Amino acid sequence: MTLLETVNLKKYFGDTRAVDDVNLTIAEGEFISVVGPNGAGKTSLCNVISAHLTPDSGKIIFRGRDMTQSSVIERVQAGIARSFQLVNLFDDLTSFDNVALAIFSRDRKIRNMAALADRDREVVIEADTVLDQFGLASKRNEPARGLAQGERKLLDVALAYALRPKLLFLDEPTSGVSTREKDQIMDIIASVVRGEGITAAIIEHDMDVVFKYSSRIVVMHQGAILAQGTPDAIRNNDDVAMILLGSSGPDAFLRKE
Amino acid sequence: MTMVMAVPAGTSIWRITIGSAIVLVILAILPQLVDPYQTVLLTYGLIMAIAALGFNLLLGYTGLLSFGHSAYFGAGAYLVAFIMRDFGAHSMELCIVGGMLGTLIIAAILGFVCVRHTRIFFGILTLALSQVLWSLAFKFFWVTGGTDGIRVPHANLTLLGGLVDFKGAGSFQRFIYAYYYYVLALFAVSTIILWVITHSPFGKALQAIRDNETRARFVGISVRRYRWIAFMISGTFTGLAGILWVPLNGLTTPDILYWPFSGEIVFMTVLGGFRSFTGPIVGAMAFNYLKTYAIASTEYWQLLLGVVLVILVMALPAGIVGTTARLAAKLGRSTK
Amino acid sequence: MTIFVIQILNSFFYAAVLFLIAAGLSLIYGVMRIVNLAHGALYALGAYVSAWIVGSAIGHALEGNLGLAGVLLLLPLGAIAVAAVGALIEPTLLRPLYRRSEEYHLLVTFGLLMILEDVMKLLFGRTPLSAGAIMDRMGSIPVGRLMYPTYNLFVVAVGIAAAIGLWAFIYRTKFGVILRATSQDRRMAAALGINVSRVYVQAFAIGCFLAGLGGAVVVPAQAAVLGLGIEVLILAFVVVVIGGLGSLQGALVGALIVAFVRTAGIQFFPEIELAVLYLIAAAVLLVRPTGLFGRA
Repeated sequence: MTLLETVNLKKYFGDTRAVDDVNLTIAEGEFISVVGPNGAGKTSLCNVISAHLTPDSGKIIFRGRDMTQSSVIERVQAGIARSFQLVNLFDDLTSFDNVALAIFSRDRKIRNMAALADRDREVVIEADTVLDQFGLASKRNEPARGLAQGERKLLDVALAYALRPKLLFLDEPTSGVSTREKDQIMDIIASVVRGEGITAAIIEHDMDVVFKYSSRIVVMHQGAILAQGTPDAIRNNDDVAMILLGSSGPDAFLRKE
Repeated sequence: MTMVMAVPAGTSIWRITIGSAIVLVILAILPQLVDPYQTVLLTYGLIMAIAALGFNLLLGYTGLLSFGHSAYFGAGAYLVAFIMRDFGAHSMELCIVGGMLGTLIIAAILGFVCVRHTRIFFGILTLALSQVLWSLAFKFFWVTGGTDGIRVPHANLTLLGGLVDFKGAGSFQRFIYAYYYYVLALFAVSTIILWVITHSPFGKALQAIRDNETRARFVGISVRRYRWIAFMISGTFTGLAGILWVPLNGLTTPDILYWPFSGEIVFMTVLGGFRSFTGPIVGAMAFNYLKTYAIASTEYWQLLLGVVLVILVMALPAGIVGTTARLAAKLGRSTK
Repeated sequence: MTIFVIQILNSFFYAAVLFLIAAGLSLIYGVMRIVNLAHGALYALGAYVSAWIVGSAIGHALEGNLGLAGVLLLLPLGAIAVAAVGALIEPTLLRPLYRRSEEYHLLVTFGLLMILEDVMKLLFGRTPLSAGAIMDRMGSIPVGRLMYPTYNLFVVAVGIAAAIGLWAFIYRTKFGVILRATSQDRRMAAALGINVSRVYVQAFAIGCFLAGLGGAVVVPAQAAVLGLGIEVLILAFVVVVIGGLGSLQGALVGALIVAFVRTAGIQFFPEIELAVLYLIAAAVLLVRPTGLFGRA
């Protein structure tokens, strides 16, 4: 079943075509990667889909509903959640509070001002479970600003995940961390996403990560979709290799040791 | 700067309750041990503590610095004056209910306008709007008494629905003691209510908005609406302080609507430490004594207070509570 | 009819003074992003110092030697004194706080306001100080059947000169370029070799000079009193909000608008003239927060 469909989506900044007539479809259960060189429009696409930016034209249809004009909050409530490339956390709140907030918001309990947040057993247990899933249990009472960069990236994703969205859009969840940590982070994210059967779209630069986890790869270039397909199809696509790596051929995508 | 835990995270409710109960008991016993003047001073301290607690819901928890909170304090005071003078009411409870309702409405209107902005523009907006109220109180002297203000004699007041009145011989002494306990009770109730609010899911949402407005939106929080609600609660509690202040002061004048008074509220909150729950309480009480003794000792008390504020901002931005908590933490670590 | 003309002249006089104060406030904000709550107190300081200098000169019968022109030239000394104070304040009180959030600027300048108010009380006492002698000496010119103080017209001239001078300074001099570069992008300016710290203290001193000059030119017409600084700050804010924080044009247009509205207000709706002004500021903040000419 189609979860998300964008129809002729456009977002221009003056002459720059950040999102240029994009028709993207994401089916339920997919784990797609959106790749492309810098400036290809990946983050802009994510921003438009999550309502951080309003499109200039085109449509966004989510679960059959036209959500083009809906606000950030409406999209969150409909089931679209995203994480941020430049980590966006509640720095002075603990990791636990960060996650619990998402849960309170999701369960519409956040307007409650007459009960103590720490006393809501359901939320506490779920928040602790999420932290555990993301390997952050030991940092439960630590303010978010005190976490290491890798942990912050994971917490950023955990916040989006805790909303139990239908579609999880992750913007470069492994950027800014060491290569060793990248694998650890992606392993955690992938296991959580797969374990819960969440539809995920990940913007990534690391092609090894992309090939390892994606069911489908979408290659963007200059705001448009250049190619999309299974990892094998993309691996053998010379145009893609040229755009992404500057060279082509069967060994183009091998990680240079 | 992290929200300072004057009480470390995870401290059980029991310990907080027992600690607060001890403080409350001490506050209850004090009037029996000190002279009436000190009791009056303490009452003013508790009143300003309510004002500062209300104010800090916006600053410490929601991240909005209002330079116009004198509007709500003054509105509360003037509403009491009007209720007593023009409606002939005597009941303090009536004044409180009427005053808080009026202040809530004013905070709702002004807040609706102000939360359209943040940071500097929010501050200037709160300032400009509070000056509107000041200018009205100042100019419409046939309603407000102008610079002479309106008198609110305690002799006309009754507490607890008429059970306690202040007529006859020795009434002033009786008023001082009765009113102290009345204010203390309201202070305790206000503190509890605000403590629950700041530790509720709603309170966490406010802190999220303070820390990262964008992410708050992406977690599904209506940022503007929550800021507005916080503004209304904040203004109403500061209004309650104004309501309680005027019978004690006996008089309300445009001075409490004038913008430097807003500055004082900010000052006392920062003095105690705006990054903790108890900071405003400590700051208000400390500022109250500081200002009283400064005025008593020198003609140039404003200079003194100004220097204190500058030193505070430059050297001790965490305020009394924040700095103490940090020192205690360091001490705790070094003795391990 | 004559009254009408007089009201217009009064408005221009008032606008000239407001322009000086607002231009200083706007300049400081434009370059350094600092909202200086003590700006009004600096205006008051300028008024006090100038009044005191002129008073002393007259008291020592210097005026005979200096003549009217000489005494007039003493007025800017007040402004220079205020600029010097500003040059002291910026490195000591403001520079350490640039890294911190802007709330701290408000707090420290509020403390500074309290200090300055009492310093003026300490230095100059509680009685109002004026330099009214200058105004008297300049006499008045006939407007219709009434007489209008010539001094007020002098102030308007000063205001116009200041506007032109500031414009030329900011847009036609090398230092003006440096100022504008630093205000637009401080890091870039530093990367280009501009000594940002020095630019900041200079900009602050100029802003203070303007405030002080406002006080200096107003004091022959209006005595310096305690609390003047607190009162005037709000009006300066209203001007700058309407005109746009950081804009010179905005300060000019805003000053004219506020001056005319106030003069008309006092004439036709005195009870709410202030309220109307504050509401206009609030409305502008709502609809167009950057003001008429400000940038975001």
